[in-house]
Amino acid sequence: MELLGKTNIDFMGMKKISFVVSGIVALIGIIALVQIGRGAANMGIDFSGGTSLQLKFNAPITTEQARTALDKNGVKEVDLQEIKDGNKLLIKLRKSSTATGQAASEHVQEILRKELPANPFAVESATDIGPSIGDKLRKDTLVAVAISLLGIVLYIAWRFDFKFGVAAVVATTHDVLAMFAAFYLLHKEINLLFITAVLTIAGYSLTDTVVVFDRIRENMHKSLKEPMAPIFNRSINEVLSRSIVTSLTVLLASLSLLLFGGEVIHDFSFALVVGVVVGAYSSIFVASPIVALWEKSPVETKG
Amino acid sequence: MNKGYTWRITLIVLFIIASLVYMVPTLVSPLPSWWSGLLPKDKIHLGLDLQGGTHLVMEVETDKAVEGSLDLIATDLEDSLNSQNLRFKRIARVGGDKVQVTLYDRATADAAQKLVKKKYPDIDILPPLDEAGFVSLQLRVNEKEAQVRKDRAVAQALETIRNRIDQFGVSEPVIQREGINHIVVQLPGIKDPKRAIELIGKTARLEFKLVDENVNAATATPGSVPEDDELLTEKRTDPQTGAVTETPLVVKKKAMITGDLLTDAQVRIDSQYNQPYVAIEFNSTGARLFDQVTAANTGKRFAIVLDNNIYSAPVIRERISGGSAQISGSFTEKEAADLAIVLRAGSLPAPVKIMQNVTVGPSLGADSIHKGLTAGLIGVALVFIFMAVYYKVCGLVANFGMVLNIVYLMGALAALGATLTLPGIAAIVLLVGMSVDSNVLIFERIREEMRLGKTPKAALDAGYDKAFLTIMDSHVTTLITAAVLFQFGTGPVKGFAVSLSLGVIINLFTSLLATKVLFDMFLDRVHVKRLSI
Repeated sequence: MELLGKTNIDFMGMKKISFVVSGIVALIGIIALVQIGRGAANMGIDFSGGTSLQLKFNAPITTEQARTALDKNGVKEVDLQEIKDGNKLLIKLRKSSTATGQAASEHVQEILRKELPANPFAVESATDIGPSIGDKLRKDTLVAVAISLLGIVLYIAWRFDFKFGVAAVVATTHDVLAMFAAFYLLHKEINLLFITAVLTIAGYSLTDTVVVFDRIRENMHKSLKEPMAPIFNRSINEVLSRSIVTSLTVLLASLSLLLFGGEVIHDFSFALVVGVVVGAYSSIFVASPIVALWEKSPVETKG
Repeated sequence: MNKGYTWRITLIVLFIIASLVYMVPTLVSPLPSWWSGLLPKDKIHLGLDLQGGTHLVMEVETDKAVEGSLDLIATDLEDSLNSQNLRFKRIARVGGDKVQVTLYDRATADAAQKLVKKKYPDIDILPPLDEAGFVSLQLRVNEKEAQVRKDRAVAQALETIRNRIDQFGVSEPVIQREGINHIVVQLPGIKDPKRAIELIGKTARLEFKLVDENVNAATATPGSVPEDDELLTEKRTDPQTGAVTETPLVVKKKAMITGDLLTDAQVRIDSQYNQPYVAIEFNSTGARLFDQVTAANTGKRFAIVLDNNIYSAPVIRERISGGSAQISGSFTEKEAADLAIVLRAGSLPAPVKIMQNVTVGPSLGADSIHKGLTAGLIGVALVFIFMAVYYKVCGLVANFGMVLNIVYLMGALAALGATLTLPGIAAIVLLVGMSVDSNVLIFERIREEMRLGKTPKAALDAGYDKAFLTIMDSHVTTLITAAVLFQFGTGPVKGFAVSLSLGVIINLFTSLLATKVLFDMFLDRVHVKRLSI
């Protein structure tokens, strides 16, 4: 079976549209990053410090009930979220310590036990993170992202050449920005698991880009005199069905994580799904045109 | 041509056997009796997110340890000066790194200086200062020495916490130092995290102090008590009503006896009131001191102070020799047991602050495993079906490679004693998608070569050859990010990185070697005109 026969799509000709689309996506991603830097995005407590508590109640509970109970006892500025299956409630507080110096998660549990005596609950998870740990994690994360991007540039630059390396990094950065943009627009939480997903996708998207580059390089060596655009188009068309098939298998795996993996990794798998799709797009529409514009064949340089 | 098969197949089969052997402890329980001592017994460890438990990051307040050691020096110096008949006005710690001794004249100051030099060679003495008719001498711990003390405080805290957790009875706890002053504690599967945290976090500085009966505690304020006294409170919880009563008491600042002179602490039950109490035993120095203090202070009240809270303040009725005493208070049996544990394990050299506390309940853990496995199985099934339909027989070979991948990965995780986390399961699922990626690359190449009219055998070899470098490149880039994730990640993220990097390496083996040998064997034995691809 074959998904596609021999295709002959003019990918390079679409670069105007794709650059505009990618530019907008990247711009939103940059805005998202700035907002994160300012602390205006939905930061997970991993980075901002705070408390998160997931409770499983015996009977259904509304966020209003919980909010009034907490409000009455002086716990304000709290994020409440119902989880659909199983009477679960997610409670998030930005600041960790309470007036009594007791852990905030304990404090909240006590209040709810007192205010809602008819509806007992079990603690599914409780997390208290001090602000200084958040700082440390944020710093470590930045270093991690920087080191892995650097490692990748060096590797690609060594295996191909500098232009390919830069294009690959631009494409990867684009994917990373797109993931940030998606999470920012949907107001999903930026936490450690999200960063993990971002780094994973950075690696994966490169895989995709490398495959396309490999073919381009091979074809460039074969026909030295041809202009760049047709070589690039031919190369991408040649590996197109491969690109689609592999993205599809990874997508199938991450979709099943998203649909059946449960709430703990729901956002993580969502990030993976977004990343796989964007990664496949960027290797064709972002990475290759950049190299094509930059690299001139001997014929073009002379003319 | 035939030569190449034997070692490749042997390798594949050996790895399968090894993986299965390592997986047996995880899959079979209990292990059969003939499972010999040489064979592996470790199961795949489950991360806290999968089995439930508590992950704590604690900061040792090392500055307090330096202050504490300065307080000790101050007390010790006071005794030494007294015993040498050197008169002084006062000795106290000032700031976080100095002890100040105020003396009446230069001559005593010189003598005191000599004494300090001899007793504490590590401590810097600042030049004496004349002020308002007194001579004040400042002793300072230099930075290097302070650092050594801080470091020792963290090491000691680690040891003490380990002792306490051992006695509390948690199986397979992880207790390790991280960075300069952090301690990470992981307690898998505990039922009462709050109690464990209280037990670990208690400084447990036990002191016996005389009550100052000359001051009326009821009206005293922290500012109004004499300089060598302090105001503490005694808390009592009524076992029936749960009501807490607080009684203020003024005690001498100086502790007569401290907890480091203890050798043992045990919970006993008072036969008269059926109340638990903690019986403590002193070492010989402690016993001697206790004997002296009780003899000299019969009829006075003696406060038993733990972390600046008074547990009880009984009246000394008679001289107590023999080195045993008891701490009674209004505890429950659990509280008494925990108190005995902290007293046995010793006090923390400095207070610890909990920076991060992640607790996952066992039900969520079980739920996560269940969902992770379901998602994994569905993912594998989808990819399996897709490959079989899309690449027919060759797809089945790729699927064989994928299954081999999973078996090897599980075996490797078990063999390395790695920890499986929920993101780790996600990494495995992701890997399933990526493992067929290499095969897709190869198969697409083969299709191209066949279109050019090559024979199946030639197309196959060319496909593998041409895809080789591409596969290497793509795997190395993933490996780079996995390595970085491993380096900076903690807990679940580390688990993800371990699964991912192991998976990538294993995948190189299966896709380049294991599936190839199947094709080679098949094409060698059977003459096919067309490859089912």
